[in-house]
Amino acid sequence: MSGVVLQVENVGKSFREYGSEWRRFGSWFGKHSSKIKEHWVLRNISFVVREGEAVGIVGQNGAGKSTLLKIITGTLGATEGNVRARGRIAAILELGMGFNQDLTGRQNVEHSAGLMGFSRSEIQRLVPEIEAFAEVGEYFDEPMRTYSSGMQMRVAFSLATASRPDVLIVDEALSVGDAYFIHKCFKRIREFREQGTTLLIVSHDKSAVQSLCDRAVMIDKGRLVADGTPQQVLDLYNALIAEKENSTVRQSQVAEGAATVSGTGEAVVDKIWLEDGNGKPIEYVGVGDQAQLVIRITAKSDLHKLVVGYMIRDRLGQAIFGTNTFYTEQVIESVTCGDSYELRASFAMNLGVGTYSVSVALSSTESHLVDNYEWRDLALIFTVANTQRAPFVGMAWMPPKVTLCAIHSEDIRGMG
Amino acid sequence: MKDMFQAIWNYRHFIFSSIRNDLRSRFARSKLGALWMILQPLAQVAIYSLVLSRIMAAKLPGIDSPYAYSIYLLAGMQAWSLFNEIVTRSLTVFVENGSMLKKIVFPRVCLPIITVGSALVNNVFLFGVMIVVFALLGHFPAAALLWMPLLMFTTAAFSLGLGLLLGVLNVFIRDVAQFMMVVMQLWFWLTPVVYMASIVPVRLHALMQLNPMYWIVSGYQETLVYGRNPDFAGLASVTVVAIVLLALSLLLFRKAAPDMVDVL
Repeated sequence: MSGVVLQVENVGKSFREYGSEWRRFGSWFGKHSSKIKEHWVLRNISFVVREGEAVGIVGQNGAGKSTLLKIITGTLGATEGNVRARGRIAAILELGMGFNQDLTGRQNVEHSAGLMGFSRSEIQRLVPEIEAFAEVGEYFDEPMRTYSSGMQMRVAFSLATASRPDVLIVDEALSVGDAYFIHKCFKRIREFREQGTTLLIVSHDKSAVQSLCDRAVMIDKGRLVADGTPQQVLDLYNALIAEKENSTVRQSQVAEGAATVSGTGEAVVDKIWLEDGNGKPIEYVGVGDQAQLVIRITAKSDLHKLVVGYMIRDRLGQAIFGTNTFYTEQVIESVTCGDSYELRASFAMNLGVGTYSVSVALSSTESHLVDNYEWRDLALIFTVANTQRAPFVGMAWMPPKVTLCAIHSEDIRGMG
Repeated sequence: MKDMFQAIWNYRHFIFSSIRNDLRSRFARSKLGALWMILQPLAQVAIYSLVLSRIMAAKLPGIDSPYAYSIYLLAGMQAWSLFNEIVTRSLTVFVENGSMLKKIVFPRVCLPIITVGSALVNNVFLFGVMIVVFALLGHFPAAALLWMPLLMFTTAAFSLGLGLLLGVLNVFIRDVAQFMMVVMQLWFWLTPVVYMASIVPVRLHALMQLNPMYWIVSGYQETLVYGRNPDFAGLASVTVVAIVLLALSLLLFRKAAPDMVDVL
């Protein structure tokens, strides 16, 4: 358990601006120029990971996490310092990379396994296991372009984890895909860990870091600012987010490419965002705070009826709350092509800490199975953070009024 | 250097499967698939033959065939298409595979090797078709077949040296590829593929012979059209140029490799 698997020593990365590319070419051959501007994205990063450890790497977007990961996997060179790793490193951030859409799943798997450095005999041994784990059925021998994004993710994960690596880097990629498969992925990750694989987990998902890791490091503005237990580091991270939330207002953004849309397109969602109690767009919501979900819709043809529904899901895709304008008896009748509507749903964010997604359904009835104009999963992603309330655990915010007093024996006797 | 060859050897299966996939994906969508790789140069030959055969045929002494000019064109095209494919694909090979280079650790030198490999496979197909066309036209250059491996090898080495050198630069200055597209067209017309060297004024011959592609193309024409031996001195100097270019491009590649992923 004590062997050092990964040693990151004083790693720094700077992207150089040469002003002119000729100056860059000169620098390869030892010609130095004073006009080179250095832009440091990582500096003085040092930490050690031991065999079998699971370390979470947290930090805001743009803090330098993915640059650090690229340096650890070796695709990016460090400008200063060095990384020493023992054994094979596999990264799930490679998910689906290099898949050729015209080739079948099997052909892609065979090919990409070669790219990962497996020999032909190893590939022949691994392919049936990959096929079995991915559970995409007969699609495995169909061209990749017929796959849904979830199926591609299944094949990619199965491939990335086909053989137990010494270090496994798990990143945000794992937040896409269906709940069933994500559970399967985490099961495999846990099994690897029991067999001695070291884990590096990069995530905004605090519960994943908390439940899987026994240590966490935090990176902010290219520096290592914390290294400790997941609880300590996440508390610091929360504080940092809260600070950011108070100082800046940002339009909520959806991770690109993650949204899945289906339907006839007779009515479409133009825009969806979340506002706080004062009508200010927000990305982070405090537990129990007032929030307003705003959905803008435009009809693309004349419609007999239009029902708008939304559903809030947790990170595993499970429904937390959903309703629609059929249930609220606000069905829009005889819609003309080009009409736009805005739905505002106000509610208190009585949810536990975590990330949530919103699915939107536009249909003619309460069930989207009849006339499905548009069904949009992951239309909006937001985070619920606990910045104001007393700490608690769980999925729901059920603020109790707690009374507690000591009971004296005389009182009991007196009652009798 | 030894490390590089070791890495290539370890990734040989990946290189082979990349070449195979390259062919496969060409077949996947279009009905005629990889046939287009062959049909395109053949169509070009047919067009030039149609347009220019009257003017050019008279300038081709030494072969008794009404199709002499078509045979001459095919031989030259065989050389040019290999050169053209390797250079144009090497130019963009790093840029096109940018996201892969950024995310996956593998020997980067595999990429140009795959490019050359798949261009060679295409060229061998084209060669097979050319031999069939020759046979239909009543032309059987049997002895020339022995020269083909050497000629193809020299062409590939020269093309790779040039393409890799420019391909590395193109990662940093994207204009290189655009500029080369124009240069390649000009280069085609400066090389005696469509016309014969004999129609060029004698005073320009020394200039023409500075073009490495002149020696390669005339090597193909000598062997395939006339059944003669190629000019060894000329080919040897092209080989020297190719080796120098390859060494230069490898040096540049090694110096540039750490910077490459930063700008992709």
